[in-house]
Amino acid sequence: MLAFIIRRMMQSAGVLLAVTLIAFVMFRFVGDPVNQMVGIDTPQAEVAKIRESLGLNDPVIVQYGRFVWKALHFEFGISYQFRQPVTKLLAERMPATLELAFTAAGFALVVGILMGVYSALRRDSVVAKVFEAVSLVGVSLPTFLIGILLIYLFAVILGWLPSNGRGQVVRIGSWWTTGFLTSSGLRSLILPAITLGLFQMTLIMRLVRAEMLEVLRTDYIKFARARGLTARAINFGHALKNTLIPVITIAGLQLGSIIAFAIITETVFNWPGMGILFLQAVQNVDIPIMAAYLVMIGLIFVVINLVVDLLYGLVDPRLRMTMRR
Amino acid sequence: MTETSKPAAGKGAVARFLESDIYASFRSSPLAMAAAVIVLAMFVGAVLATLIAPYDPFDPAKVFLSDASLPPRWQDGGDPRFFLGTDDQGRDMFSAILYGLQVSLMVGGLGVALAALIGITLGLVAGYVGGRTDALIMRVADVQLTFPAILIALLIDGVVHSVFKGISRETSAIPVLVVSIGLSFWVQYARTVRSSTFVEKGKDYVSAARLVGLPAPVIMWRHVLPNVLGPVLIILTINLGLAVITEATLSFLGVGLPPTEPSLGTLIAIGNQYLFSGEWWIVAFPGATLAILVLSVNLLGDWLRDALNPKLR
Repeated sequence: MLAFIIRRMMQSAGVLLAVTLIAFVMFRFVGDPVNQMVGIDTPQAEVAKIRESLGLNDPVIVQYGRFVWKALHFEFGISYQFRQPVTKLLAERMPATLELAFTAAGFALVVGILMGVYSALRRDSVVAKVFEAVSLVGVSLPTFLIGILLIYLFAVILGWLPSNGRGQVVRIGSWWTTGFLTSSGLRSLILPAITLGLFQMTLIMRLVRAEMLEVLRTDYIKFARARGLTARAINFGHALKNTLIPVITIAGLQLGSIIAFAIITETVFNWPGMGILFLQAVQNVDIPIMAAYLVMIGLIFVVINLVVDLLYGLVDPRLRMTMRR
Repeated sequence: MTETSKPAAGKGAVARFLESDIYASFRSSPLAMAAAVIVLAMFVGAVLATLIAPYDPFDPAKVFLSDASLPPRWQDGGDPRFFLGTDDQGRDMFSAILYGLQVSLMVGGLGVALAALIGITLGLVAGYVGGRTDALIMRVADVQLTFPAILIALLIDGVVHSVFKGISRETSAIPVLVVSIGLSFWVQYARTVRSSTFVEKGKDYVSAARLVGLPAPVIMWRHVLPNVLGPVLIILTINLGLAVITEATLSFLGVGLPPTEPSLGTLIAIGNQYLFSGEWWIVAFPGATLAILVLSVNLLGDWLRDALNPKLR
């Protein structure tokens, strides 16, 4: 087990190293960082001095080492657009994105599992057919179109919910801001969270339904029925429990893509998160922000993957055996 | 669509196709037939856009601001000349959608083709050569698979535009989008082709070809490739829907096609600005077109998967 953990962590470190390499190459070779900092009329000597002070004359491998070292300390330099430290910009916007992503993930998990269980147990009912149609539409509609649709329905026509921004936020601690504590904050969260979570919800629903149908066919369920256990105990105590392992794995892995897909939802709803910051950086070629975002998303993905893999080993003893090999 | 994908075997190909199981399953699935008709109609509409469209929406001499923001014909204040109404600049919506469909399908189709080309080549090489080459290609694929395609496409878009600063977005948008989509979708093809190549490699016909002394590339392309293409066809169909969505999303985010050469995504982005002023048709019709297109392509893909692979049901 220990060997597996170590090997797995080495792999993760390798992936992260590859990501930082891409980020570094972008940072160093896509557009000259010095050119972005100085004006046209800056004297050559001044430019050379800045170049020297940034260490751009050192061997590339040394520069890469320094980049990784700084990345380990979450230092990514100064944004070309905002003239502020990238880390500060990202930290300011992180709470908005994380609150949105976790709310969306929670919504997707709860509603997806409920819908999946229902459509597995009542396979031929009309409601199950409706769920299936909804899931097909959910997979086919692009995120931004769902967002526009929801805004038009609930903000323009009905006027029930706000369509842009985070509402009123409350500051907690030195840098975290939350929208969970005010009613306008909560109301603002509803539409973006549904938009962001809908795709994952349909994914989880399809998965739970397929897994449930599989499990309900097994011998131990038949045996439980023969023993005269109640339908509720069989369905929820035995069947659902055994479907949850793959569901939690997929849901965990999807959390990373939810954070990445937040870029689109944030744009549609003008949500002041990291996604909008990244999009602006792409449009304005603000390489430090792009590099930092890339490394950060890479870190999130790798950590989630690692945790899911390790949890899998803890939950399922059969996998532990193959890991030992 | 399905006809073109069958290997043409002379005169009897059409007749053979009409007798095949796939066609029978196609005839028995009304949903697949409806989807095929819609996709076909949209393809034809897109290809013939310049002929069908009542107006050229991008000819400044024929677009008048006095026609701006007219509602669809059946609504109060609608103009009989413009069936689906006009946008903020007086462009005919129906014509703009046809032109947008053309751009969207072209970018999506080329992107998927590029992805398939890269993926199939790398998958064949990885599966056939094996060893270190295989390990290297698959590691790269693993790393890339942990990131969503849209993020990779955004990054590539940003990097390319900053490297080629001199070129305007008008000329570079389509190639950049195609490359972005190609580079973000190749992994699935590579994995599928690699695993089936592994199986095919051990079969007698490959050994025979090797014995005759054929060079490895010839064996890969002429002999192994046709036998691993089945699953690729399914991925190709499903990916077309995804690629169209990716292009539309990038254009909606403002890093894809510019408003002067709009795709469906650009049209939706333009229309989105008029959502609150009540001009719903500027966003609704391009949006509905995109949704119906992707839904139909996905339905076709689902059906194809079930038809080619009855075990998966």
